[in-house]
Amino acid sequence: MKLYQKNAYELCRMLREKKVSSEEICRDVIERINSHESRINSYISVSNDIIAQARAVDKALAEGKAASPLTGIPIAVKDNISTKGMKTTCASKMLEGYIPPYDATVISKLRAAGAVITGKTNMDEFAMGSSTEKSYFGRTCNPHEPLCSAGGSSGGSAAAVACGEATAALGSDTGGSVRQPASFCGVVGLKPTYGSISRYGLIAFASSLEQVGVIGRCTADTAMLYSHVCGSDRRDATSVRRSYPDFLSCISCDIKGVRIGVPEEYFGECVSSDVRKAAESAIDCYRKMGAQIKTISLPLVKYAVNTYYIISSAEASSNLARYDGVRYGYRARNCRSLDEMYFRTRSEGFGSEVKRRIMLGTFVLSAGYYEDYYKKALYSREMIRREMINAFNECDVMITPTYPTAAFRLGEKDSLSMYSGDVFTVSANISGLPAMSVPCGYTEERLPIGMQLMGRPFSELLLFNMGYAFEKFTAGSFMGGALI
Amino acid sequence: MINDYEVVIGLEVHAELNTSSKIYCSCKNSFGQDPNTAVCPVCMGLPGALPVLNESVVDFGAKMGLALNCHINKLSRQDRKNYFYPDLPKAYQISQADIPLCENGWIDVPVCGGVKRVGINRIHIEEDAGKLLHDDIYDGSLIDLNRCGVPLIEIVTEPDMRSSAEAKAFLDTIKMTLQYLGISDCKMQEGSIRCDVNVSVRRRGDTAYGTRCEMKNVNSFSGAVRSIEYEARRQIELIASGGTVEQETRRWNDAKGESIVMRTKENAQDYRYFPEPDLLCIKIDENRLNDIRESLPELPAEKILRYRQNYGFSDEESLLIAENMEWADLLDKCVIELGSDPKSICSRILSDIAKYQNATGKTINETGLTPERLSGLIKLIREGVISNTAGSRVLEVILEKGGEPEEITKQLGLVQNSDIDSLEKLVSQVISENEKSAADYRSGKKNALGYIVGQCMKRSGGCANPRIVRQLVEKHLECI
Repeated sequence: MKLYQKNAYELCRMLREKKVSSEEICRDVIERINSHESRINSYISVSNDIIAQARAVDKALAEGKAASPLTGIPIAVKDNISTKGMKTTCASKMLEGYIPPYDATVISKLRAAGAVITGKTNMDEFAMGSSTEKSYFGRTCNPHEPLCSAGGSSGGSAAAVACGEATAALGSDTGGSVRQPASFCGVVGLKPTYGSISRYGLIAFASSLEQVGVIGRCTADTAMLYSHVCGSDRRDATSVRRSYPDFLSCISCDIKGVRIGVPEEYFGECVSSDVRKAAESAIDCYRKMGAQIKTISLPLVKYAVNTYYIISSAEASSNLARYDGVRYGYRARNCRSLDEMYFRTRSEGFGSEVKRRIMLGTFVLSAGYYEDYYKKALYSREMIRREMINAFNECDVMITPTYPTAAFRLGEKDSLSMYSGDVFTVSANISGLPAMSVPCGYTEERLPIGMQLMGRPFSELLLFNMGYAFEKFTAGSFMGGALI
Repeated sequence: MINDYEVVIGLEVHAELNTSSKIYCSCKNSFGQDPNTAVCPVCMGLPGALPVLNESVVDFGAKMGLALNCHINKLSRQDRKNYFYPDLPKAYQISQADIPLCENGWIDVPVCGGVKRVGINRIHIEEDAGKLLHDDIYDGSLIDLNRCGVPLIEIVTEPDMRSSAEAKAFLDTIKMTLQYLGISDCKMQEGSIRCDVNVSVRRRGDTAYGTRCEMKNVNSFSGAVRSIEYEARRQIELIASGGTVEQETRRWNDAKGESIVMRTKENAQDYRYFPEPDLLCIKIDENRLNDIRESLPELPAEKILRYRQNYGFSDEESLLIAENMEWADLLDKCVIELGSDPKSICSRILSDIAKYQNATGKTINETGLTPERLSGLIKLIREGVISNTAGSRVLEVILEKGGEPEEITKQLGLVQNSDIDSLEKLVSQVISENEKSAADYRSGKKNALGYIVGQCMKRSGGCANPRIVRQLVEKHLECI
C-alpha cells in the first residue's frame, strides 16, 4: 500500500514509530499530484515548499520535539482560506495574483500542529456553486469518473483527498460546499457548528452561514483534523467560547439507544432511487446496531433554499463589494474615471455566477424590496431554525441523503437546478447546526453516495461516533475515495 | 423679507473618540503617523479579516449618551452601510441603523442670557474611513488608510435650532462636553469633530417644516455658521421669487462661501443597511451604566449656568472659563474648596493668568500655580497686605517659578505700606517735585490727581496703599 493511500491516523502512528518520514509521505503525495493533476485539477496552486516543510518536520521529530497527530501529514487547503505568502485566489480572476500578508486562524493552527500544507485547492469562484465548474482556473473532475463533477464549491479539496493528492483537507461550507463534494467524491466531510471554527482569514461569501469544514477519507481522520482547527478565537466575534475535547481519542462505536430522526421531507420525489436505497440501507444498519429509528417531519424545510439564496446573496453583495480595483487584485486598464474603474473592474474581474448573486443580493437589500425579501428571509430563517432545534427534542441525530443524486455530469446543470440541489444541506447552515456527509453506497455506475448526519449544536462527537460506527459495521466498504 | 421667515436647523455631529486602540482591531488610535503605517488586515479590510468590537467605544458612546440625557439601549445592533468610495476599503462602513446605542435625549445649551433646549434624536457608534490626498506630482489620488477604524460617535439632533447663533452655541457645548468627558481630543484642525448641517426655512407662524437640504463637508464651527446663513438666504430667496426648495444634499465650499448640489432626492444613495453578520449585538447592562453614570463630571452647560446664576459672571466670562477645563477646575477649587471670591478669581484668570499663558504657551499644569497659591494671593490683596498691582507681580513670579504668595511678597518687598506718617512724607515730596501738576489740579484740571497718585505709587515701588495715598494727595492739594 502506497503512503498516499493511508489514512492520517495510520500515518501518524507510523511517524511516531519512525517507520516512515514526512518527506517519504510527501514525496508519495507529490508523485500522485504529478500523475493526476492534469486529469483532476484539484489544485489551483501546489506549494513549492512541500519537501522543505516535510524536512523541517522530520528534523523536529528527530530532535524529539513535541509532535501532534497532524505533524508531518499532508493537508490541502481550499483557496478561499488566507495563507501568508501564498496566493489565495478564491478561484477568481479578481484575486488572481493576491497574496495575503497574514494567515487565517485555521492555517496558524495547522502550522503550529506541524501539518504540511500541500497547496490551495480549486473551488467555485468565491465558493458560489455546487460543481467546481465556476472556477477561473478550470473545472475539477471527479476522481471516480472524470466526466462527472467533483461537487462544489470545495470540489478541489474533496477530489484531492479522494484521489490521494492530500491525506485530508480544509474546505468551507456555506450551503453544503463541504458535504456535497464529499458525497460526490466518496469521502467524509464535516460542516461543524457555527462558531466552532474561527472564520478569521476565510474570505467571506456569506458570513452568517459559512464555516470552515474538514474533509478526510474516514471519520477518524475528519475528527482528528477537526480537533486541531476548532476552538474559540478572539479575532472572530462569532466564535463561541467553550472548550472542545480531543475528538479522536473520544470517538467510539457505541451508538446503542441513539434516537435517529428520519425527516420524511428529505426522501421526496427529487431523490434518485440509488440514493434513496443507499440511505435507507444505512438507516437499516443503524437499526441493527441498536439505534432507535423514527420518522419525523420538518414542514418548513421547503422554504430553506429560497431563504438561503436571499440571505447568502445579500451578504455576498456586501462582502464582495471590496473588490473594486483600488487596493489589490484585478483592476481594469485605461479607465478615465473612478466610476468607470469600478464598473469595468467588477464587470471584467467577476465571473457570471458571482455577478448574478451580487445583483440578486443588491436587489433584496434595496429600498422598497428589503421588507419583502431580506426581512422576510430573516424571519423564515428563524422559523426554520426553531423547527430544526425543536426536532431534536424527538431525536438525537437526523439522517438524510446529502444530495438528491450522486455526482452529475460536468456541464449538465444550469444555475437554477444547481440551486435547488442544495435542498438537503442548506438547513444546517441556516440553523448553524453541525452536519457531516459520510459515504454510504454506490450507484450502478460506481459513483459514491453520501448520507448526511445532522445533530444539535456542538454535537460533533455524536456525529463522529455515528460515522465511525457505520464504517466499522460496513467494514469500510464505502471508504477510501478513489485511490486505485 | 428675511424676517418673515424662520430658519430650522438640525445637526449631525461626528466626533472621533480617543480610545487607545481602533474600534474593530488592536491598531493604535493615534493621529499623525506616517501614511498607511497604523493599519492591519482588519482596518485595511483585507479579504477574510474580521472586526471585533472594542468595548471601550461602547463605554465612551454611552457616556456621551448619559451626558446628553439619552435613553441607552441595553441591546443595540451594528449594521453595514454600503457604498463605494476609495477611502472605504470594505466598501461598507460598520455603523448603527435601526437600533443605535443612545436615543431620545436633550441638552440645555447656554445661549445669550438664557438656555435653549435641543433634542437629541440619537447617538450611535461607527468607524471612520481613510483619507484621500490629491497628489499633483503624479496627478492622481493617494489613499492613507490610517484613519480607517478610528472610532466615531455620530450625534443627531432634532430640528430644534432656529438661528446660526443657536447652532454655534450647540456645537460649542457639544465640544466642551466631549472634552469634559475626556472622550475626544476635539482637535478641529485634525478633523476630530465634523458636522453635517440640515437647514430648512418656513414662514413665521407655520407649523409644518419646509423642505430641508443637507450640507456636507462642513469642517469648522465657523463654517457651520456661514453655511447655515448662506443656505437660509438661498432658500428664502428661492421661495420669495416663487420657486420651491428641492430636497438635496449639497457640498459646502468654505473658501468660496457657497454650496453646490451633490445629490438630488431622485439620485439619493441607497445604503442598503443590513445587520452586520460578523458582529454580535452590543449588550450593556445596568451595572455598567451605573458605573458610567457615576463617573460623569459636572457638565459644562451646568457649569456655565452655575457661574451665571450663583457667581454673577457675564455670559462671556462663564463661557470663557467653562471652555477651558483647567481654568474651570482652578476656579472651582479656589471658590468651592478654599472659599475665595469667585469674581476675583475669574478676573485674575482672564487677565494675568491668560496673559501669561498666551505669552508662554504653557498650560496651568506647567506653571507654578496651584489653587492654594491663587487663593492665598487673593486673600493678601483682599486684606490689604498687598495692592492689586503688586498682586500681579507676585502672581507672575508664582506662575514662573512657584512659591508661596506671602514669601514672594516679602522677598520682593511688596508688603503694602499703610503707615500714614511715611506716606505723608512721600506725598508732600512728590507734590513738591510736580508743582505744575499741582497747579493744574488747583485750576480745575481734576485728572492731574491721578497723575500725582501714580507718581507716588511709582516712587513707593508699588507698595504704598493706593487708597491712603489718594486721600493724602487730595488733602495736600486742597489744603495748600
